[in-house]
Amino acid sequence: MNFPILSSLILLPSIGALFLLFIRSEKSKRTVKYVSLFTSLVNFFLSIYLWILFDYKTSEFQFVEDRIWIENLINYKVGVDGISILFIILTTFITPLCIISVNNSIKDRLAEFLIAVLIMESFMIGVFCSLDLVVFYLFFEAGLIPMFLIIGIWGGSRRVYSAFKFFLYTLLGSVLMLVAIISIYWISGTTDITKLYELGIDVKYQNLLWLAFFSSFAVKTPMWPVHTWLPDAHVEAPTAGSVLLAAILLKMAGYGFIRFSLGLFPVASETFTPLIYSLSVIAIIFTSLIALMQEDMKKLIAYSSVAHMGFVTLGIFTIQQQGIEGSIIQMISHGLVSAALFLSVGVVYDRMHSRLINTYGGLVSIIPKYSVLFMIFVLASLGLPGTSGFIGEFLILMGAFKDNFLVAVVASVGVILGAAYILWMYKRVVFGKIINSDLKQMLDLNKSELFILSCLAIPILFFGFYPDPLINTIEVSINDLIKMYNLNLIDK
Amino acid sequence: MINFELIFPELFLSLSIMFLLILGVFKKNSSKIIQNISLIVLLITAVIIFNETLGNEEIKLFNESIVIDYLSSFMKIITLLSAFLVLVISTSYLKAFKIFKIEYPILILSSVLGMMIMISSNDLIVFYMGLELQSLALYVLATFNRDQLKSSEAGLKYFVLSALSSGLLLYGCSLIYGFTGSTNFNVIASQLNANDYALTFGIVFVLVGLAFKISAVPFHMWAPDVYEGSPTSVTLFFTMVPKIAALTVFIRFLYVPFLDLIDQWQIILIFLSIASMLFGAIAAIGQTNLKRLVAYSSIGHVGYTLAGLATGTNDGIQSSIIYFTIYIIMNLGLFSCLLMMKRNNVYYENIEDLSGLSKNHPLLSLSLLIILFSLAGIPPLAGFFAKFYIFKSVLEQSMYFLAIVGLLSTVVAAFYYLRIIKIIYFDKEKEKYDIDHSMWLKFSLTVSTLIILFYFISPSQLIEVISKINVI
Repeated sequence: MNFPILSSLILLPSIGALFLLFIRSEKSKRTVKYVSLFTSLVNFFLSIYLWILFDYKTSEFQFVEDRIWIENLINYKVGVDGISILFIILTTFITPLCIISVNNSIKDRLAEFLIAVLIMESFMIGVFCSLDLVVFYLFFEAGLIPMFLIIGIWGGSRRVYSAFKFFLYTLLGSVLMLVAIISIYWISGTTDITKLYELGIDVKYQNLLWLAFFSSFAVKTPMWPVHTWLPDAHVEAPTAGSVLLAAILLKMAGYGFIRFSLGLFPVASETFTPLIYSLSVIAIIFTSLIALMQEDMKKLIAYSSVAHMGFVTLGIFTIQQQGIEGSIIQMISHGLVSAALFLSVGVVYDRMHSRLINTYGGLVSIIPKYSVLFMIFVLASLGLPGTSGFIGEFLILMGAFKDNFLVAVVASVGVILGAAYILWMYKRVVFGKIINSDLKQMLDLNKSELFILSCLAIPILFFGFYPDPLINTIEVSINDLIKMYNLNLIDK
Repeated sequence: MINFELIFPELFLSLSIMFLLILGVFKKNSSKIIQNISLIVLLITAVIIFNETLGNEEIKLFNESIVIDYLSSFMKIITLLSAFLVLVISTSYLKAFKIFKIEYPILILSSVLGMMIMISSNDLIVFYMGLELQSLALYVLATFNRDQLKSSEAGLKYFVLSALSSGLLLYGCSLIYGFTGSTNFNVIASQLNANDYALTFGIVFVLVGLAFKISAVPFHMWAPDVYEGSPTSVTLFFTMVPKIAALTVFIRFLYVPFLDLIDQWQIILIFLSIASMLFGAIAAIGQTNLKRLVAYSSIGHVGYTLAGLATGTNDGIQSSIIYFTIYIIMNLGLFSCLLMMKRNNVYYENIEDLSGLSKNHPLLSLSLLIILFSLAGIPPLAGFFAKFYIFKSVLEQSMYFLAIVGLLSTVVAAFYYLRIIKIIYFDKEKEKYDIDHSMWLKFSLTVSTLIILFYFISPSQLIEVISKINVI
């Protein structure tokens, strides 16, 4: 038996959290921070090591660990392929940045906050590498607990409402998935994903099962019209919470669509593609328009997330090599960009305690370093060539044009709207006259903020110019997924 | 020749009760001694059952009116251990209300004796005898804080309604006797005639009586009032121990004599289950008193347990027992927290009193958080696995409606559990509570929390134990 690298990735943050529990926080804030930072960094390097060892020439699951968990029922099975490994790295990359960023935003109960963040990391990594439906569900749902607490304890003024809405919405979506998972167990006799890929699932059940999974993923993505929890949750969550939510939590659903909806229910996916297309297009256009009207920066970014995730779902269900590759790159890119945007808003919020756009104006002459970095993220968000956002959107639209011309045209309009709302926001915040004289006291980025934002800017630009490492990693897996998908369709 | 060693636990328990009664009469201020002896008696009885009968094959005694098998031994051990824990953690509560009297442990022991007889019964009359023995003890326990109006009210209410349900139950028994000519479960099974609709009436009446005892909707009305009025330690006893016995009788009554009539009782059970799950979840939302809330939540949990029984399979029975075992552990933890909420010997039991608990008592709040999320059935805590087994066996029988309603009501139920968590974690803090709790209270809270939290590491152990239960 080799070194169980995936289990270590899952367990390490939790062990770190357990340590934190025993450090009494009030006196030793530094220790608490260093311990959690250390844990998450070790985890990050471990995941990079995983990426180095990863063999991208095969679509087989790698680093598989398979242990009996409940006799004759569930195996604890984890493994990664090209699709999931990038999400794991995204998770381990974003978490340390979150931990560094709590310096200014989290004032009390720091240890508890970091415990929640670390446990969250454990669960998220678990989601991306579990190869058993029940194990997947376990991690998928468990993430609700720390997120509920993060929003509810450290959030803004309407945090209770938002935390409840977040929790109940997602729980409601997920319980149907549990019914579907147990039904799959009785239909196919196993919940092991690799075995289910081989066996396939009887066509007559696929539609209902697909819908049950969809109900969960649609809420988590979030897709229009069940997206309304997201703006609330984002606005009220503390900066680090928003970052986790936008960068990682939303990706679970996209990942789920690729892994389960396409992989397990190809016939049903084909049937429901029009549904996904229409919902995605509505999400892109509709939420972009809503975003145009927002006064609150965080809310604007939240709506932009919904629109970007609309592109992702659109790309996934094109079932084209480019489309799915684009979706994954778009998810990674959105993970980096939205994290960066939320952190940027967090920076000015920590100084002025306002997220309203009209509080600001003319920041460029007061805090130039900030303005430059913020611009990079804004441009990446609208998908300017040379940033990672472009690669994703471009590939998705390419895939979409191959599959359905009309949908692709409408979605392209969304790209223009996307540029409109985010540039307009940037213009109002950064350029123009300084109307509010309080702004003059604002300090530019301090070292840690500069560090975090640069850490995010570098991969955004790097993958914008040179996306090969990402595409190489996912290419073979997606290729085989599409092959398997088409084979299954012909069979039926 | 009768094997007396097989009913030795019951004999030992009844002799001990008599001895303790005599001791209590002749020795002044003996409540402490009696309490300790009762604890030891409960433990010894559990050990005897564990050693003597747990591994045995099914044996029937006294004209087959008493059955000793794995199910009965397992349930008896659970009953005895729960009763032990209830007794041991309630001491400081009783002392605070100045009701630390000799009768308390003795009444608990006698109700436990009644339950043991119920659990072992293979005959309608034996079963009824056990039921009445435990009920009579429970009436008195409910009124134990007799200076308080609410407690007396609780006891009286419980007595009147319980007597009514016992009447219905007896009427059902007499109908069954009339149409099969026997009170013995096995004989009834052999005399069944599916076309006797009067027999169905008999089953329905007995089920109503049993549903009352486990407070399933629509026979739950007594539960909130009785739970609220009784002393907290007695409420804890009510939420778990009598239900274990009633659950066992439920299993035996449905699966031994009437398995062939499953078409007729299954629909009743599904109704009871759905109604309890939904009502328990919805009615709990508006509660302000924690004990009332626990009452409604226990109604909901009974609903899930019944869902397992409604399947008509061995898997279903096992999943119900697993569910209830895990529920007992969660409940024990929850009540340990409740019993810790005191300031200068005054106990607080409103939800508002938990406000901001996390600031002053971080560890207590963390345990409560874990217990509440587990009660809501969120993974990876034990409560999730309990629900998982139930729905697994329910879906095996393709009862999709039951499963979906059950899972949707977990979402509703999650709301009120979250509300408590919100009050603990998000709201402003109040004064500190005392922290000089007894060692046993801390022990039961810690152990139950740890079991709930780390259950996922090795979930198969409990299954292994329970999978030996074969009723069908």
